[in-house]
Amino acid sequence: MEINKNIAVSDNGFLFNPATGESYNLNETGTELLKLIKENTPFEEISKIFLNKYETTAISFEKDFQDFVEILEQYKLTEKGNR
Amino acid sequence: MTMNKLNYERPIINKIENTMPNKIGGRSGFKPITEIDGVRIKGMISNFGSPLFVISEATIRKTYQSAYRAFTTRYPKVQFAWSYKTNYLNAVCNTFHQEGSWAEVVSGFEYEKAINNGVDGRHIIFNGPDKTKADLQKAIANQSLIHIDHLDEYYMILNIAEETNLRPQVAIRVNMDTGIYPMWDRFGFNYENGQAWDVLNKIMMNKKMDLIGLHAHIGTYMMEAEPYKIAASKLSELAVSINKKYNHYIKYIDLGGGFASNNTLKGAYLPAEDTNPTIDDYAEAISSALLNSNIDPDHLPLLILETGRALIDDAGSLLGTVITNKRDSKGARNTVLDIGVNILFTSFWYNHKITPVQSFSHHIEDTKIYGPLCMNIDVIRESISLPPLNTGDNVIIHRVGAYNMTQWMQFITLRPAVVMISEKGDVNIIRESEKIEAITDYEKVPSHLKDFDL
Ligand SMILES: Cc1ncc(COP(=O)(O)O)c(C=O)c1O
Repeated sequence: MEINKNIAVSDNGFLFNPATGESYNLNETGTELLKLIKENTPFEEISKIFLNKYETTAISFEKDFQDFVEILEQYKLTEKGNR
Repeated sequence: MTMNKLNYERPIINKIENTMPNKIGGRSGFKPITEIDGVRIKGMISNFGSPLFVISEATIRKTYQSAYRAFTTRYPKVQFAWSYKTNYLNAVCNTFHQEGSWAEVVSGFEYEKAINNGVDGRHIIFNGPDKTKADLQKAIANQSLIHIDHLDEYYMILNIAEETNLRPQVAIRVNMDTGIYPMWDRFGFNYENGQAWDVLNKIMMNKKMDLIGLHAHIGTYMMEAEPYKIAASKLSELAVSINKKYNHYIKYIDLGGGFASNNTLKGAYLPAEDTNPTIDDYAEAISSALLNSNIDPDHLPLLILETGRALIDDAGSLLGTVITNKRDSKGARNTVLDIGVNILFTSFWYNHKITPVQSFSHHIEDTKIYGPLCMNIDVIRESISLPPLNTGDNVIIHRVGAYNMTQWMQFITLRPAVVMISEKGDVNIIRESEKIEAITDYEKVPSHLKDFDL
């Protein structure tokens, strides 16, 4: 899964999709996660980063990751979702 | 030394939409609520389980006292009678009785509960259409205040009076047009069409019972005070006419319950706190109507109020836990709680306010809240803005004190415990969580159905 190339995320969690003119808000973990996905970081790597940094478990992070990706596709922010 | 890990918030992304602001009542408030009356919510959940009903004794007393003051500062003789069906947990009833409330009951079961709580029969108001002969015999012997609902009941009372030579203490329930729609005309005797006079004449002429009062309960969750003014005026006129015709003073006028609580109705655009009359508005409407009527000032009747939801809603909270988060087929956020409609009956009428118990950021999601029942109807909120909740997180549902702990159903799950926080801050169980025996002890399996081979 790849994030559309022309999408930019600001440090404070504002995302603009120039293709559609739509904008989005992300929370801190959302901003961090989107950046990692955008850099094509593999899931295992992302999971490690989150588990080291935050008070959460592998299972609950994996669940939330799936959910986040699903919604990116729903919002057509991924290459796959944009097809 | 290991680094302290940061609090984890589920990653979220929300589309920014330039639409109407959310219906109010959808907002969860901006701060978590971690305590009730100084008692930690998480601690109560670990001690007594989830879900858990919590009642604040301090809030009951404060609410009662301020309602009492609202009326007594405007009218000299005021008596509240606690509406048992609103919440008849004995600890709740007794808190109201300690504050000076009489009991208002609508069935033989509730009557027995009030007697068992130690309420003197002369301080029990017996309402409702379903009083059996045995109920009435007991109530008459105890000199309880019987509010006659229909003519069959009147004849049953007359019959008992003749059999026992006791003098039943009666009032009639009057229904009337107060300008509200729909008009509650199924209980009691109608004012406008003369039914009320018919039964009053019967009572006064047969001389077998004492007509001590007039009663009306014009509706529930009344969003205006004006109808109470009309009701109080009409009952005052009846009292004046009874006096004129029979030279008889009634002792009290009972205006029932029906004041709106602070819960917001489904479909309302503004929060109830901003739109509903205050207790002072109701008190002003009723008191001014009574005082401005033609009632003889030397014989002002006692004003009785059977206020239910407005006195108890705020004192009750329901604590629960997130079972899971999911998305529906269109990607909308769903959160499943361990609180179902079977224990939160009022979710059919109210957009209950829900607040997380743990800290959260300012990010919110529009969420649909489901209960745990394997039934499609089990929806607690169609849409509410909440911060991202994790599985195992706790929430508090506010203002659930009225009607839930009486109308709750044992369905699919067992009913949870109810605790009360005393004014000193002790937490006492006032109803144990149900065990399976609470259900199965009442069942019987015929002997030929006892065994099977699978
Ligand atoms: C006769 C009577 N009195 C009092 C009440 C309490 O009403 P509320 O909870 O609306 O104040 C009711 C409830 O419907 C009632 O039927």
